Amino acid sequence: MNRSAILDEAARLRAELDDDFRDGIVESLYTEASRITSTTLSRRESPARTTWDKLLDRALTHRVWGFVVMGALLFGVFWFTIAGAAAPSGLLSTLLVEHGHGWLTRLVAPLHVPEWLTGLLVDGVYLSTAWVVAVMLPPMAIFFPLFTILEDFGYLPRVAFNLDRLFARSGAHGKQALSMMMGYGCNAAGVTSTRIIDSRRERLIAIITNNFSICNGRWPVLILMGTVFLGKLVPPAFAGVVAAGSVVTVAFLGVLVTLLVSWGLSKTVLRGETSVYSLELPPYRPPRIWRTLYTSLIDRTLKVLRRAVTMAAPAGAAIWLISNVTIAEASLAGHLAALLAPLGWLMGLNGLILLAYVVAIPANEIIVPTILMLTLTLGPDLLGADSGVLLELGTAETRTVLVQAGGWTLLTAVNLMLFSLLHNPCGTTILTIWHETRSLKWTTVATLLPVGLGIVVTSLTAAVARSAGWV
Amino acid sequence: MTAADSSSNTSPACGDCVLNNASNLRKLGVDPAGHDIVTAVAGNPNTGKSTVFNALTGLRRHVGNWSGKTVDRAEGSFEYRRRRYKLVDLPGTYSLLSTSHDEDIARDFLLFGRPDVTVVVVDATRLERNLNLVLQILQITDRVVCALNLVDEAERNGLTVDSRHLTRELGVPVVPMTARRGTGMTELLEAVEQVTSGAITTRGKRVQHRDNRVEQAVSRLAERIEGKFPGVVNTRWIALRLLEGDPSVERAVADGTLGELSTAAVIAASSDGNTT
Repeated sequence: MNRSAILDEAARLRAELDDDFRDGIVESLYTEASRITSTTLSRRESPARTTWDKLLDRALTHRVWGFVVMGALLFGVFWFTIAGAAAPSGLLSTLLVEHGHGWLTRLVAPLHVPEWLTGLLVDGVYLSTAWVVAVMLPPMAIFFPLFTILEDFGYLPRVAFNLDRLFARSGAHGKQALSMMMGYGCNAAGVTSTRIIDSRRERLIAIITNNFSICNGRWPVLILMGTVFLGKLVPPAFAGVVAAGSVVTVAFLGVLVTLLVSWGLSKTVLRGETSVYSLELPPYRPPRIWRTLYTSLIDRTLKVLRRAVTMAAPAGAAIWLISNVTIAEASLAGHLAALLAPLGWLMGLNGLILLAYVVAIPANEIIVPTILMLTLTLGPDLLGADSGVLLELGTAETRTVLVQAGGWTLLTAVNLMLFSLLHNPCGTTILTIWHETRSLKWTTVATLLPVGLGIVVTSLTAAVARSAGWV
Repeated sequence: MTAADSSSNTSPACGDCVLNNASNLRKLGVDPAGHDIVTAVAGNPNTGKSTVFNALTGLRRHVGNWSGKTVDRAEGSFEYRRRRYKLVDLPGTYSLLSTSHDEDIARDFLLFGRPDVTVVVVDATRLERNLNLVLQILQITDRVVCALNLVDEAERNGLTVDSRHLTRELGVPVVPMTARRGTGMTELLEAVEQVTSGAITTRGKRVQHRDNRVEQAVSRLAERIEGKFPGVVNTRWIALRLLEGDPSVERAVADGTLGELSTAAVIAASSDGNTT
């Protein structure tokens, strides 16, 4: 019965031992491992292969060149994504949105279904789903494999190595660089990956700041704004480069905000020591291209797309409903947008954009279609669209709609890019943060801190732009 | 159980060959149906545990070239020679000594999950550091197969590991392999099969403590544990953990769950679902 007698005995025996007996135990293990290694391992003279690895490491983790290569690689990935996705996106849009919607409408017409039902299903659910597929599938199908190849090659730990000094100086854990990189795919995944950080303080910092890694749901907003507004500022030959450059700038801004907020948190509410840790730089391994393509297409791309589609369908219905339910002469969406308009103006955006962000809390992926649909519904009737119906739009028309119907300026576009970096995490991420922290307080902080920051920053840029007379 | 059981598609000569076992492997993904044998996959970070896991189960868990990729436990299953295995992919750890979250998951599963066999994936290019973990796992369980992975990379770096000598030193089978390319996978399956079926009796290396007083304290405490919980196999390791004041082991002693770790209990539990 007296099981605790064993524990007492253990405590007694422990007291008899030297204080550093644990070191002795570890030492016995290490000595044995070392002995076995010396008898089983034989070494040839180092071949040339190793020097090549070392040479690469010297460049990729160089104080200066490391950052240059990092920037170049990131830029390259985005440029490929933007340039490569344009054509297939257009094709899918023609196929699914233009032809698909027309075909579906004609198919349903002879069935004499009530108008509100076809509106809800065909114009609401189908169109926003089709839009999400057309806008998201091509960039993700390019971005994820490229990113996975870098990961497979062994580049990510080098990035963590480069950023380690910066993170340490902001009082955060160096491995935060890794969870940050995961966040570029999906913030929920990024939050989960913070488990590699042992200290709770540093882990909370990593969780709170993970939202500043732009997830794939937000890339489309940046890419679209970069393409239709910023890319148009320069001759067509440079449009792609400028568009990619603007997207990378926002991404880098995200890293900067991550470091600043980490610093702020570690100096105020999350004070404490910076942990020491060892980071292993794995050998460079030739990426298995075909396998990478296959797994990142099947696993990442389709999984994320499935999520986007399941979120887009109900959201499409919601948008159609708030655009078509009329109270006192105006649609529900109109009332809500009017309510948000003053704050929108302050932030250099408009009420519609903020309403879209409220509707899109479940998933950021549907921001762009929501904004377009609301603009078309509530703005002046330009193209003869029915309310709550997404029009079939190419990039050129998108610009026309936003500028003419929505009254957008360059400031709106730039601030939308900033706000898509700095706003609350999506519903899934908030839920993941709750699961990982089990703390209402930190979940609230992680949710409200970014959006608060977003309101401040966009209001500042709007105020500066207005007082300088740029808009 | 013979090698020719399910190799009807190949020529008779190949079908009889012990090396032609690929046809005996059925990847079952996450099929949760009844399993006979629980297999854990452990190892240092970034040694290829997830690659081995994927190759055996046919699942496509994302594999990354960085330490700490796997932060939770993943399960999958496969069938080999008509025996069903449940495979548990543990997070990579450098040791089982200190108390990080990852090490707790790995250590608790090895101790309380009572896997029938543990495949320890070892990076041949970093043998010494990897052996530290192998030796610690051998203190918990004897039923270990050592997958000596990345031998191609070691070869490129001018390193040759004498796997037969290593087998003798560790007292458990050591299988050289390159999981990325799938070489050595059949031999690994074969070793796992032989250890679980009892065709090979493993006698894992137990590190003696150089400090005599520690050694004495461990022996004394191990005896007491043996007396209280007869049949518990790894008494010396549990004694060591108690000396170090490991909270989860202390809890297991205090509430008596340690008694469930005895061999008798293990045999009783595994014979429930066993069909062979």
